Amino acid sequence: MWEYTDKVKEYFLNPRNVGEVEGANGVAEVGSMACGDAMKLSIKVEDGKVTDAKFQTFGCASAIASASALTEMIKGKSIEEVERITNQDIADFLGGLPKEKMHCSVLGRQALEKAIANYKGITPKEEEGEIICECFGVTDREIERAVRENHLATVEEVTHYTKAGGGCESCHDAIREIIAKVRAEAKPVPRPKLSNLQKIRMIEETLEREIRPSLKHDGGDIELIDVIGNRVLVATRGTCAVCKASEQTLKNFVEAKLRELVWPELVVEEVTP
Amino acid sequence: MKTIYLDNNATTQVAPEVLQAILPYFHENYGNPSSAHSFGGQVARKVTAAREQVSSLLGAAPEEIIFTSCGTESDNTAVMSALATQGDRRHIVTSRVEHPAIRSLGFHLAGKGYRVTEIPVDGEGHLDMERYQKSLTPDTAIATLMWANNETGVLFPVEEAARMAHERGILFHTDAVQVVGKMPMNLKENAIDLLSLSGHKLHAPKGVGVLYVRKGSKFSPFMVGGHQERGRRGGTENTAGIVGLGGACELAALRMDDENTRVKALRDRLENGLIAGVPNCRVNGDPSNRLPNTSNISFEFVEGEGILLMMDEFGICASSGSACTSGSLQPSHVLRAMGVPFTMAHGSIRFSLSIYNTEEEIDFVLEKVPSIIEKLRALSPYWKGGEGICQLNSSRETS
Repeated sequence: MWEYTDKVKEYFLNPRNVGEVEGANGVAEVGSMACGDAMKLSIKVEDGKVTDAKFQTFGCASAIASASALTEMIKGKSIEEVERITNQDIADFLGGLPKEKMHCSVLGRQALEKAIANYKGITPKEEEGEIICECFGVTDREIERAVRENHLATVEEVTHYTKAGGGCESCHDAIREIIAKVRAEAKPVPRPKLSNLQKIRMIEETLEREIRPSLKHDGGDIELIDVIGNRVLVATRGTCAVCKASEQTLKNFVEAKLRELVWPELVVEEVTP
Repeated sequence: MKTIYLDNNATTQVAPEVLQAILPYFHENYGNPSSAHSFGGQVARKVTAAREQVSSLLGAAPEEIIFTSCGTESDNTAVMSALATQGDRRHIVTSRVEHPAIRSLGFHLAGKGYRVTEIPVDGEGHLDMERYQKSLTPDTAIATLMWANNETGVLFPVEEAARMAHERGILFHTDAVQVVGKMPMNLKENAIDLLSLSGHKLHAPKGVGVLYVRKGSKFSPFMVGGHQERGRRGGTENTAGIVGLGGACELAALRMDDENTRVKALRDRLENGLIAGVPNCRVNGDPSNRLPNTSNISFEFVEGEGILLMMDEFGICASSGSACTSGSLQPSHVLRAMGVPFTMAHGSIRFSLSIYNTEEEIDFVLEKVPSIIEKLRALSPYWKGGEGICQLNSSRETS
C-alpha cells in the first residue's frame, strides 16, 4: 500500500472543484485511459486572472488529489503566477508524493500548461517532440524537461516522473541518451590532470556507483578489464553480452558517464576476455 | 472499525485452533527434531504427524512431502531440480498468467540461455491446450502450470496437461497454492510429478510451504545443507509452522464442503449483488470454472486504487489488478494476457473469501461499493451521465 500524506488522502476523499467550468476559455485533456490516468482541466481567465478552475480525473488516488490540488492552487492567481507552477509545487502543496507517483504531479502540470496554451491560442512545445516511449506515448521533449527540472539521473527516476520506460523497456537506451544529453548541458568544470592511479580508481567507482546498478536492472553487467591511457577496456556480462544494443549502450551511456564524471577524453572499448 | 477481510488469496488468518496447537512449539517444545534426546525427538514425531496430515489432504504418501519455507521456494525448487537432473534439456513450458514465483523465474532462466515458452490464454482465462501440446518437445525439461489462477480463480486442466507431458516423458509441475484446501485432489490418481503449496493460503502461518515430489522422480535439492527432509531440503525445520500446516490441512479436509457450498454461495451473492447494483461492470474469467471463493470484477471507467482506498475507509480489504496498485505502470499481466480491455483492466477488483466471512459482511460490502463506484465515476472524464465514453485523447492511446 502506498504511503500517502493526510493531505493527499483528504484531497482524494473530498476532492475540490470537480467538473467542467461553464464558459471556460482554457481547456485541456492529457493522459489516456490506456496509460491508466487521464485528466481534463477547464479554466476561466478574466482580466489576466484565473477566476475558476475545475477538473475530472480517471486515475489513482494521487492523480485525483494532484488534479484537485492544482485547481485550488491556481484559482484567483494571475496567468503569470500560474505559469510558474511546476510539478514539484503540486507535490509540495500535498505534503509530498511517493516517488513512484510523481508522474501524477507531472500530469497536472501538463494539463495546466495545455489549458493556458489553449487560452492563448498556441501549441505547447512538448507536443511537437518525437515519441520515445511507445507504451505510454512520451516524447523526448517531455523527458528532457522532466530531467532538467527535477534533476533526474536514472531511467527509473524518469519512469517515476513521466512513465516513459515503464512498459516494454525497449526505450531505456534512448532515455539514457536523453539524460546524458541534458546533464552534459551543465557547464563543464575544468578538472586538474589525473594520475593513472586516480583515473583507474575513479573509473572503478563510477562503474560501481553510476553504471552497474542501471545495467543490472536490465539483467546485464560490465567488468573493467584494463585502462591503457585514455582507453577503457571492458567486458560485458548477462543480457548485455547478448544484447544487440549493447554497443550503443557502451558508447551512449557508459562512455558518456565516464567522460562526464572522470575524464572527457576517455574511450570505452569492449574486449572478449 | 471492524475489518472485513476479502483478500484471502493474498493471505489468510491462522485458524484459532491451529494457533493454539502451535504455540507450545515456540517455548515449551522448542527442541530440534534432529537431536538425539527425547526432548527433540517428541518434536520430530510431531513433524512426522504433520507430514501425514499434509499427504492425506493431497492423496500422497508421507515420503513424497518436502517441507519448505513458502510457495515460491517450492516452485523454484521444482523447476531448478528438473533442470539440474536433466542437463541436456533446456526448454521450459509454462503459461502467460503464472504467479511471479514461476514467471520471474522463467525470465531469469531465459536470461541464462534457457528457452521458455509461455502458453497464451483466451478471454475467459482458459489455457490454449493445442498450443500447449505442440510446445512439448524432446528438449522440454519441465512443464509448469498453475492449478488455479490467483487473480481470477480460473482453473487450468492440470491433470490432463500432466498426462500429455507424461506421454512425452516430460516432468509436470503445478503451482497449487490457491487450490489446496479449496478443491479435493488425489495425487495417486493423476500424473502430476511435482506440486507446490503454501501454508498461509489455507489458514496455517506464513513461512511454511510444501513441495510434493512423486516417488521415483529424480530430484536435486535447491537448499543444500543438513540431512533434514531426507537430504532433499537442508535447514532446521520450521517446527511450529510445520505443525500448524499439518493442523490446517486436517481442518481444510473437514471444511472443504463448507468452502464449496456456503463460501461459494457468499461469493455468488457478492458478485451478483455487485453486477445488479453497479452498471458497466463485468466478471473476469470463466465464471463456471473457477475457485469457489474468488471473484474478479472490473468496474469500467474508474481506477482500482481509488476503489481500494475508499473501501479501506470502511475496513473492507480486497486487491486490484490496476497499474497503480501493482507498483508497475501496467495493469495485471493476467488481465492483459486475457485481453481484458484497458477501460476494464484498470478498474479490476479481486474479492477472495474464506470460511470466516459472513453474510452480514457481504451485505455491508454490497451496501458500500456501489456508492464508491458512483463517487469515483463522478470524477472520471470518461463517465457521462450513466454511460462511458472512450474518445477522450484517443489519438495517443496504445493498444
